[in-house]
Amino acid sequence: MPRVSFANVTKNFGKVVALDGVSFDVSDGQYLCVLGPTGSGKTTLLKLLAGLLKPDEGTIYFDGKPVNNVNAQDRNAVYVPQQYALFPHLTVLQNVAFGPLARGKPASIALETASKALDLVRLSWRAQALPNELSGGMQQRVALARGLASGAGLLLLDEPLGALDARLRLDLRHKLRDLVKQSGFTAIHVTHDQDEAMSVGDEIMVLRNGRIQDYGPQRRVYRRPASIFVANMIGGASFLEGMVDTTVGETALISVRGGLTVQAPSTTLTLTAPVILALRKERIRISRDRLEMENVFKGEIRGVRFLGNSKEYLIRIPNGDIIASRQFAESEDDAFKVGEEVQVGFLEGDAMVFEYPAKGLRNELEVG
Amino acid sequence: MSKIYGNIHALADVSLHVEDKEYVCILGPSGCGKSTLIRCIAGINKPDSGQILIEGKSVEQTPIEDRRIGYVFQDVALFPHMSVRDNLSYGLAVRHAESTEITTVTNEMLDLMNIRDRSKAYPRELSGGAQQKVAVGRAIATGSHLFLLDEPLGALDALVRADLRYELRKLASDLGLTVIHVTHDQEEALSIADRVVVMKSGRIVEVGKPSDIYIAPQNLFTENFVGETNLLEGKVLETNGSQCVVDIKGHRIRVSGFGKKVGQRVIVSIRPEFVPLTTPSEVGWKGVIKQVTFLGNLNRYVVEVDGGIELITEESTAEYSTGFRVGESVSVLLANDAHMLLFDYPKEGLEKEISLE
Amino acid sequence: MEGAVLWSFVIGLVVSILDVLCGIPLAWLIVRSHGHWTTILDSLADIPFIVPTVALGFSILEFWSSPGGLAQLFGSTSFVSSGVILIVLLHFAFSFPVIVRVMVGEFLNYRETYEVAARTLGASAFTAVRTVTMPILRPGILAAFLLALARSLSETGATIVVAGAFENGTVFINNVRGSGLTAAVVIASSIMIVSSLTVFGLIKIITPRIRVAPLKVWPNLERKLSKSPVVATRNAISLIVFLVFVLLPCLFIALPAVEAVAAGTATEAFAGVGPWKAFWSSMFLSYVIAVLATIVNIVSGLPVAILIARNRFGTRMARVVDALVDLPIIVPSLALGVSLNFFWRSMGTLPEFWVIVLAHTTITYSYFVRTMAASIQGIAPELEDAAKTLGAQPLRVFRKITLPLTKYSLLSGAILVFTRSVDETGATSAVAVTLKTAPILLVSWIRGTVAVTPAERALGVGFLVATSFLALVMLRLIATRISARKIA
Repeated sequence: MPRVSFANVTKNFGKVVALDGVSFDVSDGQYLCVLGPTGSGKTTLLKLLAGLLKPDEGTIYFDGKPVNNVNAQDRNAVYVPQQYALFPHLTVLQNVAFGPLARGKPASIALETASKALDLVRLSWRAQALPNELSGGMQQRVALARGLASGAGLLLLDEPLGALDARLRLDLRHKLRDLVKQSGFTAIHVTHDQDEAMSVGDEIMVLRNGRIQDYGPQRRVYRRPASIFVANMIGGASFLEGMVDTTVGETALISVRGGLTVQAPSTTLTLTAPVILALRKERIRISRDRLEMENVFKGEIRGVRFLGNSKEYLIRIPNGDIIASRQFAESEDDAFKVGEEVQVGFLEGDAMVFEYPAKGLRNELEVG
Repeated sequence: MSKIYGNIHALADVSLHVEDKEYVCILGPSGCGKSTLIRCIAGINKPDSGQILIEGKSVEQTPIEDRRIGYVFQDVALFPHMSVRDNLSYGLAVRHAESTEITTVTNEMLDLMNIRDRSKAYPRELSGGAQQKVAVGRAIATGSHLFLLDEPLGALDALVRADLRYELRKLASDLGLTVIHVTHDQEEALSIADRVVVMKSGRIVEVGKPSDIYIAPQNLFTENFVGETNLLEGKVLETNGSQCVVDIKGHRIRVSGFGKKVGQRVIVSIRPEFVPLTTPSEVGWKGVIKQVTFLGNLNRYVVEVDGGIELITEESTAEYSTGFRVGESVSVLLANDAHMLLFDYPKEGLEKEISLE
Repeated sequence: MEGAVLWSFVIGLVVSILDVLCGIPLAWLIVRSHGHWTTILDSLADIPFIVPTVALGFSILEFWSSPGGLAQLFGSTSFVSSGVILIVLLHFAFSFPVIVRVMVGEFLNYRETYEVAARTLGASAFTAVRTVTMPILRPGILAAFLLALARSLSETGATIVVAGAFENGTVFINNVRGSGLTAAVVIASSIMIVSSLTVFGLIKIITPRIRVAPLKVWPNLERKLSKSPVVATRNAISLIVFLVFVLLPCLFIALPAVEAVAAGTATEAFAGVGPWKAFWSSMFLSYVIAVLATIVNIVSGLPVAILIARNRFGTRMARVVDALVDLPIIVPSLALGVSLNFFWRSMGTLPEFWVIVLAHTTITYSYFVRTMAASIQGIAPELEDAAKTLGAQPLRVFRKITLPLTKYSLLSGAILVFTRSVDETGATSAVAVTLKTAPILLVSWIRGTVAVTPAERALGVGFLVATSFLALVMLRLIATRISARKIA
């Protein structure tokens, strides 16, 4: 199961820069999830690793050895495309056995490996079926089994759940994670769905326009996102514009546009520098009673969105901005109504301060 | 505004009533017949039996072009050989509207969908989200009041979907449209619909307000489909008519349930957000944490309880608790019946009843 | 001479336009109607394709021109006599299936959602098709048009049969060859080659640039045109045109052939008496050449098809290769044959047999390469990507993935090459001096340069048709057996 490295890899398609000087390491057996909007370079990244594309600049290493000139069929990496690419003229078993056979294993061993893989995904009972006779979820499992049986050490999954219904995705994402971890493969899983990215990988890498925006374990990337784009992409937040007023000890006072003052953790940003304040939705509390928090304001409920296990409230705060608060598993009695006046609060430690983006806030939040 | 009685092999005996200005979401897994349903309303497919009434008038004999319905396709279907502007004005052009009217309305649409600066572009030059906006604008430009949306956000990135759905909803309210919106995404349906219609295998399973079908659905399929839930098989030990004591692999819980008999097989459903965990205590079921997943605003735990029962539970990370770790012992407090639902054990077996494909 | 060449182009353009106008409604009918009879119609539309063009020429000559044909109904000796009009009728008939085939393919690949979207926006069926479907299919229609044009310009054998005293480009070259005026032959051929290339080049470059005019709709008129009675009338007219101008004239040959059999000429034929000796050796020659040409094409064409399909050359090179592959189709086969003749003759002494084989191979090359390239392109590249990353070396990918999924097209391509070779008259007549392939022989029988009875003539043509049919049926059976194991 290889360690994988990208060292300053760039890939262009004509004038379009798909990946721009990208460098990162993935350790043996790690399950990395690459999150990014369509067009961010995720598929290009996978194809470069697979050997289906050659980098224009930079080097790719497997276990410390450069593999730029190694063909796809000779690398130890199997690529599973979004539409699965099951061979339509071969049965499920023949599909799964294709890898071992191609790598020169005798037929008996290949079939045994294939059967084991099919057992793992619980599709042995469909071994003789043809791909077009299977449902979407089953096809996905066959594609996974084929990858696992291949004998490669690196699994490259291109939006593996993208073609499935939302509810099915919820079920399968945890099963997918279990299977991959069980197999011991090094895996890189690419997606545009942040819920999925948070659920499956050991670590997340956020890609935008061919560049890495952040890379690290879920907890860190969520609690301390490297940029506004990352904060928006994973978890979502409300954004307020302001500037740094003063710093008192460990606390910075941010004056928000429209006359509000917010206490945030002290920052290295200079005084009067324009900043963006990001507030996670679940960190904003609403109450009819007093709140004991560093930042409390009066607010008015302007909208309610029902999301099943939680509700999202849109609240207008005194400076005119609207922020969102997510209440999880709220009982009907505690629910708030549109027009109600409430106390809105959040802790100093929950206010994330970012430098004002050069191209403006809207550009930073755009996902296409 | 419309009433349907249908009987097609993709749809079996479907009856539905939609009010003027209502936003209805038809929710169901792929292949449940939801697209077939709206295609029948539009006139693209013909029902084998039954009636379709729009504003009280039967429309079976009316061709597609005369039904005055706005339709948005899953694969967008913008005319590739026409610019954005020409696409938007197509509906008016084919009705031979005055060229001044065409220009005015088209410009209104461009402004409404915020794409004035792309009016000369061709569909292939636009992003997925922008293309879908043009498709919506094109349908609105015809002036129809009944809108049929076939998985309009299906081809878009998750983040774009989340934003666009609210924009769609606001648009419908502002313009006073009646909308039937088909989707397989339960969060989408719950967040914007006035009413949700749940379909499975060509039939309507349940209809209700989003909060009703999430919190207290009548049907086991609905309960499992509109959100994650723990389904526990058990038997009724005692009942006093309105409450039951149910035995689940040796554990007992009290659930409210009407009309159940002693010895009856039942399913108890508890959503992950209502499975409380505490450090080990005397009360509650004893268990061990098998898996921990950090989801940002939530911690998700898989707990194995005595008797081999696996429970999924979620708790908000808003409380600064450090959370539990894999292998840790915990207690699950399920004794009280708040938020638990009781269902009859399905005739065809549990797996078949809740199957998603 | 210039006049003759000009006539070739005039006839070609007129015929192609007529074919497009009549073929599209029929293709529409085949694709959009329901019921089993549409598959029958589909197969019937292929008939002019299957019948060798010489036989077609003869059949049409008999149908329109001879006292035994249509003239019977009107009590005259000839309904349409040899000449320009007959050539037009002939070319119309044999280019018709080309248009129908291409358009059926286009309609099947077309995403009907566009049309449905137009209708939900308020367009009647006619309007939707006119303003959305047709513009989107414009490239396909253009391709069909060009193909029909190419066929018309190229056709030699049958045209000679029906031309009588009239001369278009190919007839002219053929006549002049007979008189041995080499210079004239070369000049005429060169003119034809250059003009073909220019005309095709111009059409290909100009048409995509034609701007789509702003939308003009006449809702009321077009609504009426969408109504069932109008549609039914249109379909009826399409069918009648097809029947009268294509199907009947093509099948007419059956009558005199059957008469000849009844008259006992068949027994003579099988005995190999008189002219039949030369006939059977010609038939044998034709089929041997066809088999050889097919094999050479498959072996040499497959690698090129793969290279084109997978764009290995890079885009600029790919466009050049693309254009080159099309050359044998665009250039009239007779002119091509003349140039090939000079090429191979100047290379030293190559036996005539092999020159003919090479000529046939060159002429039919494009058919095979195009069919294979299109079908290979049709395989999602993801399948090959997945196979490669699963560890399959390129040869394995080809054997286990590409080939099984394109087997059907390989067969189709081979069948196309085979039939085209059996059909071939133009290049063959330029290259062959002593050897006579079956169609060439039959042309001389029909024109009377070899003296045969009408019965012998009819029977000879009938045999050619019958053997073609048989060969095709056998090839089709093999194809279906293989594709039965292929998964859609």
